[in-house]
Amino acid sequence: MTTTHDVHSPSFMTGDEFHIPTFRLLQQDGTLFEGAEAPELDEEKALKIYRAMLVTRVLDERMMAAQRQGRLSFYMQCTGEEAAVIGATAALDDADMIMAQYREQGALVYRGFSYDEFMNQLFGNELDYGKGRQMPIHYGSRKLHYMTISSPLATQIPQATGYAYGQKLAGEGHCTITFFGEGAASEGDFHAALNMASVHKVPVIFFCRNNGYAISTPASEQFAADGIAPRAFGYRMHVIRVDGNDVLAVYRATQDARKIAVEKNQPVLIEAMTYRLAAHSSSDDPSGYRSRKEEEAWREKDPILRMQRWLIDRGWWSEEEEKELQDSLRREVLETMKRAEKRPPPPLESLVTDVYADVTPALQRQLDALKTHIRKYPDAYPKGARSLDPDVKAAGSEYKAGDEQGGA
Amino acid sequence: MPKMNMLQAINNALDIAMAEDDKVLCFGEDVGVFGGVFRATSHLQEKYGRERCFNTPLVEQGIIGFANGLAAQGSVPVAEIQFADYIFPAFDQIVNETAKFRYRSGDLFNVGGLTIRTPYGGGISGGHYHSQSPEAYFAHTPGLKIVVPRNPYQAKGLLLSAIRDPDPVIFFEPKRLYRAAVGEVPEEDYQLPIGEAEVIKEGSDVTVLGWGAQMEVIERTVELAEKEGISCEVIDLRSILPWDEDTVVESVLKTGRLVITHEAPRTGGFAGEIAATIQERCFLYLESPIERVTGLDTPFPLTLEKEYLPDHLKIFEAIKASVAY
Repeated sequence: MTTTHDVHSPSFMTGDEFHIPTFRLLQQDGTLFEGAEAPELDEEKALKIYRAMLVTRVLDERMMAAQRQGRLSFYMQCTGEEAAVIGATAALDDADMIMAQYREQGALVYRGFSYDEFMNQLFGNELDYGKGRQMPIHYGSRKLHYMTISSPLATQIPQATGYAYGQKLAGEGHCTITFFGEGAASEGDFHAALNMASVHKVPVIFFCRNNGYAISTPASEQFAADGIAPRAFGYRMHVIRVDGNDVLAVYRATQDARKIAVEKNQPVLIEAMTYRLAAHSSSDDPSGYRSRKEEEAWREKDPILRMQRWLIDRGWWSEEEEKELQDSLRREVLETMKRAEKRPPPPLESLVTDVYADVTPALQRQLDALKTHIRKYPDAYPKGARSLDPDVKAAGSEYKAGDEQGGA
Repeated sequence: MPKMNMLQAINNALDIAMAEDDKVLCFGEDVGVFGGVFRATSHLQEKYGRERCFNTPLVEQGIIGFANGLAAQGSVPVAEIQFADYIFPAFDQIVNETAKFRYRSGDLFNVGGLTIRTPYGGGISGGHYHSQSPEAYFAHTPGLKIVVPRNPYQAKGLLLSAIRDPDPVIFFEPKRLYRAAVGEVPEEDYQLPIGEAEVIKEGSDVTVLGWGAQMEVIERTVELAEKEGISCEVIDLRSILPWDEDTVVESVLKTGRLVITHEAPRTGGFAGEIAATIQERCFLYLESPIERVTGLDTPFPLTLEKEYLPDHLKIFEAIKASVAY
């Protein structure tokens, strides 16, 4: 509804009338700000969150190294944004839907996606749920309520609005959270999603990871406004800005947002202020557009370190446990990687299944022709040949990295 | 003559166009200080300033809408869409606006200055969203011109023509060849014609037709075929819209056989359009059915990319089938 309040001389507003505070609870030394109250979080849950952050960090470090060794075609790290992603996920019901952008593997870790499951997708082998069809990091899990990732930016945001509207009608008290970056928020899909969510009173949480960069483009060249948060006003939507490296603040903000979404059927926008500590992807080199000094300053605000200090302060964690966990995670990553690398590729038939619910006659003919061709030249198609005849000794298990690796 | 890879040739063409005409602007995601994710616009911001070469917010429909407006005003925008797979948010602006600007206004207004540059194609482990060849969608849109270069020399000459062409042009760049294709490229300004195919190699038994990155694959195929004593005439279509019917017809009247190849899926692919036209104009001269060697009618895969792609062996088999029909 549009307000009408008459004035009789021209009066322009710029948005500077709004001052958006940042919600923070935890200081970098692991102590709470004065007057800040920690959210209700028992030891078990706090450690579960922390462990997920560490599992994510170790996975990212090892897999980026594997990419550099040529074992993996492509990789993307969540590094620096673990508190934002995992803090938010922990505040939800485990059956709430997650529609992520592509840097939110921490959410999957929190919900129990195993290293084996990650590796199978990363190496696109026969056990990959996505059947080896998408680039590494495009995970999905139906059982963990995590929609399969799609590379085009922001497309998941209006889908989240639609999914959550369906959840509202289903009446089971669930909501959807959608993650995206401050760059993706420039896409038209973002605006369509927020408007429809407000108009149709949808239980959806829009979680913006404002990490400062969209590949090389700094936030200062992405928008002229005071971040993403003020856009909520345009849709008359609840909004909060939170320190994205403060896991307690993210957790509390998302808990409250979920209440608004589920109890009042109203959408909420959360803007988490954070920093993409790593490159955009394995194809990117940040030294071309930002300084080491800037990166170092943010490294000191590491969200994992901040939570670790808080945990140690409370007596819930120790240096020894930290070292033990890190060592065992590193071993586990390497072991699962070796397993996944050795697994065969998906069968040749997987090229034509799932295009439609049933393989069309035309596609079947194309597959048959392809099989005939591969049988004629098995050495030229080691993966396809191996699938046609599993006994063929082919180099099909060697995952070959591409020339350009997709530049994504 | 200096050697350049395709990115250097494209960068050089943009540099020449911007130096010559203040109205030429280059923009898109990460195009500014970083010079684009593939570095096609390296140093252009440094040389020509932030007003003429800049990063845009991450919004493809905005980039092309903005470019349409700029072109209508009389500027010469060269807009980059980071990957052809990401051009679709701008589909409305391109199909309903760019293509029809001149026609709907009775030529009161036009966006002829617009060039859209975008990397396309597979073979780089890019999966669904960094591999597609969407030329056929746009080929169904009168008012657009579509150009695809095969090597650095062609890229520079065709891009300079595209920028100066009186009509809007989508310039699809074969990203697999960005650094892989290296060749001699003159330093000076030159243009190559839009709408004209090029007969790269003359032959008598079969015409083999493609564009962009497929030309390199055809080259490998022809080596195999000639070893078997099959004489191939090779044509690079270069422009998908408008396409050079006469050159292809002339060749097929001579050879009596045609093999067309593209990476995009078979159904609705541009090979179908070419085949229809050639059977209309060459029916009595055809010795065998026109062969299409294309991607499968599926989304672009990842692990089984090699199996999906229309490679030299698949084209070779099609040539043999055509000749032995």
